[in-house]
Amino acid sequence: MAYAGSAEAEQVPPAEVEEMELYHAKSFITKYVFSQDAKVIAIQYSATAIAIGLVGLVLSWLMRLQLGFPELFDFIEPGDYYQFITVHGMIMVIYLLTALFLGGFGNYLIPLMVGARDMVFPYVNMLSFWIYLLAVLILIASFFVPGGPTGAGWTLYPPQAILSGTPGSEGGIILMLVSLAFFIIGFTMGGLNYVVTVLQARTRGMTLMRMPLTIWGIFTATVLALLAFPALLVGAVMMTFDKVLGTSFFMPGIIEMGEQLSYGGGSPILFQHLFWFFGHPEVYIVALPAFGIVSDLISVHARRNIFGYRMMVWAIVGIGALSFIVWAHHMYVSGMNPWFGFFFATTTLIIAIPTALKVYNWTLTLWKGNINFTIPMLFALGFIVTFLNGGITGLFLGNVVVDVPLSDTMFVVAHFHMVMGVAPLMVVFGGIYHWYPLITGRMLHEGMGQFHFWVTFVGAYSIFLPLHYLGFLGVPRRYFEMGETNFIPESVQDLNAFVTVVALTVGFAQMVFFYNLFWSYRKGKEAGHNPWKATSLEWQTSSVPPGHGNFGEELPVVYRWAYAYSVPGAKDDYLPQNLPPDQVATGVEK
Amino acid sequence: MNFFHQLMEKPWAAEQGAVDDLHRGGEFSLAKPHVGLRVFLGVATVLFSLFFVVYIERMDFPDWQPLADPWLLWVNTAILTVSSVALHWAWIKSDQGDIDGVRTGLLVAGISAFAFLGGQLWVWRELVDLGYFASSNPANGFFYLLTGLHGVHLLGGLVAWARASAKVKAGGDLERINMSVSLCAVYWHFLLVVWLVLFGLLLFT
Repeated sequence: MAYAGSAEAEQVPPAEVEEMELYHAKSFITKYVFSQDAKVIAIQYSATAIAIGLVGLVLSWLMRLQLGFPELFDFIEPGDYYQFITVHGMIMVIYLLTALFLGGFGNYLIPLMVGARDMVFPYVNMLSFWIYLLAVLILIASFFVPGGPTGAGWTLYPPQAILSGTPGSEGGIILMLVSLAFFIIGFTMGGLNYVVTVLQARTRGMTLMRMPLTIWGIFTATVLALLAFPALLVGAVMMTFDKVLGTSFFMPGIIEMGEQLSYGGGSPILFQHLFWFFGHPEVYIVALPAFGIVSDLISVHARRNIFGYRMMVWAIVGIGALSFIVWAHHMYVSGMNPWFGFFFATTTLIIAIPTALKVYNWTLTLWKGNINFTIPMLFALGFIVTFLNGGITGLFLGNVVVDVPLSDTMFVVAHFHMVMGVAPLMVVFGGIYHWYPLITGRMLHEGMGQFHFWVTFVGAYSIFLPLHYLGFLGVPRRYFEMGETNFIPESVQDLNAFVTVVALTVGFAQMVFFYNLFWSYRKGKEAGHNPWKATSLEWQTSSVPPGHGNFGEELPVVYRWAYAYSVPGAKDDYLPQNLPPDQVATGVEK
Repeated sequence: MNFFHQLMEKPWAAEQGAVDDLHRGGEFSLAKPHVGLRVFLGVATVLFSLFFVVYIERMDFPDWQPLADPWLLWVNTAILTVSSVALHWAWIKSDQGDIDGVRTGLLVAGISAFAFLGGQLWVWRELVDLGYFASSNPANGFFYLLTGLHGVHLLGGLVAWARASAKVKAGGDLERINMSVSLCAVYWHFLLVVWLVLFGLLLFT
């Protein structure tokens, strides 16, 4: 493969990219607190997301304590348990993963990887973070109102979500809906930035098809989110009206405790459609950035061009488009028309094609690659295996006849934790180990990383494999305790106790990761420039960590795609995207 | 930009590389704020469309009792149209460099936008006086919800309008004024279209 095809380019001077006006911070507050620099905003987003994620983690421990050792912890009432479930789900899906992938990774990587000085609307970008923080604080506040946070389940299905039987149906549900509305407004502000930066602010020579797959994943996920979140906003606004003003958008006529309520004529199923029209794309809002990032991790750490780059891009775009026509597979048991179910089962199974294509391409990239078992590579491998496992149980649940008996069992819990809990988290960790040297200038400690990976990986399987089995036995989800049944053997309780012990252990093991983050910041090995010998632009900055404006005096000029590893005739085994063609034979300036 | 055509490119091929090296980076010739606004209008379109779909779906239920269409809504529609036209006129004037024309256009647009919002509130008051409460029928609930949402979007636009007016007042440079005014005008046209669709829905149901 020749990269010397730029002879013409030397004769015709490429068009100049317009420089953007940067906001230069003058004080500590405008530099690090109300910062308009996407890199600082990325750290703020990530820190907030991880902090609220830890709350979600603690909630999962409380749930596991109840499931593993029922009746031992009498401070957990049934109502509390529902609140833990609800807030845990909400936090993990929206406030942690969505915010971390798009607000965190997106903000840090988009400008650096496409060769821009910053996001195109830095002020709006700053507002995006502060509104997100406000949404998080409102969510936290719901713990402190009378009745506590909502216990309606993360899907917030009406009518139960706003009726008095559900925990938190006074203040909790209102704060939850308001918090979601703020999150969506904040996200839209950030999302505009990500989309317009990718479309309009790339550097000279960076065509769409020369972008690293990380950017493709984040870009497509942002587009999905911009189109899907409005559905949640519509649902949230209308439910707030039902709760506060007494309208009946979603509320049918209801007799509560022998009393006819003033509601009547609304459609609860309508909310389910709105929720899942957002909720299914949400799965891919989390998964697509993970797909993109993992492609780059594998390529860099196996020193091999990604296999089938074009197909990988098509798969990302295709999955994104398909994700909008599968939502009702979350509603097979809602009493829908069988033909309707047939349609959605078909579209759901079709998604397996582009997804499987990606898994094959990752595997083929590894084939005969020079695999370095670095920590990012371990997490990338962990992702592929976990995503495959979670995806295959998705094929089970996508079929109506299999889904109906498995619906509302632990099997479903195991499935979605594997595919959109553990798998994306593997990528989050892999990404942090990979880009930490860029952000701080130091490497994370290898030994602690190994420990972290193996405990997390083995632990996650010890938790979620048994849950599949429990689901097959018929153990329902969302039950505070099982009591006596004639179909569930007593040994189920032992398995539940085992899962609880592992879950607590894995949770505590994450502290090693956080210790590593702080320890390495002071004492980690100096990373220097481009420690992984990667080709993409974020590693080619003039200083590490990159300064304000990212690229020093001159913006980089791109001469090739991001996958130029082991090119014949080149001095090094990688060619940075901005290495001029006449330096290919002599190599990168040290 | 032909998106599907670009997806067919082979970025690793030498011939494609020669073409790609000349690429200047951006996709559209529009200025960045205009691209941003268009993306936002896309999001807002999805939002309003979902509301309209939900509205139409709900209409089929037997308990639907459409509310009276106050004649004031016709006046409000006319006022919003004036506002939109005035902003467009200000845009044309700012292209010509006529700062006084811009000032007049912005003033007319602002006053009429506020008048529209006042008129909408008046309609709400009248309907409440007639006993059309939000909770008494879904049709009423939808009316308040949709008009309210449209009004909130217009309020947001008025923030941008105020910033543009401040720039004109401070005598800032013409290029920036032109950008602000053009963004406002596009947004106003969008809100006018949304209002016409919404008004049509209310009239014919």
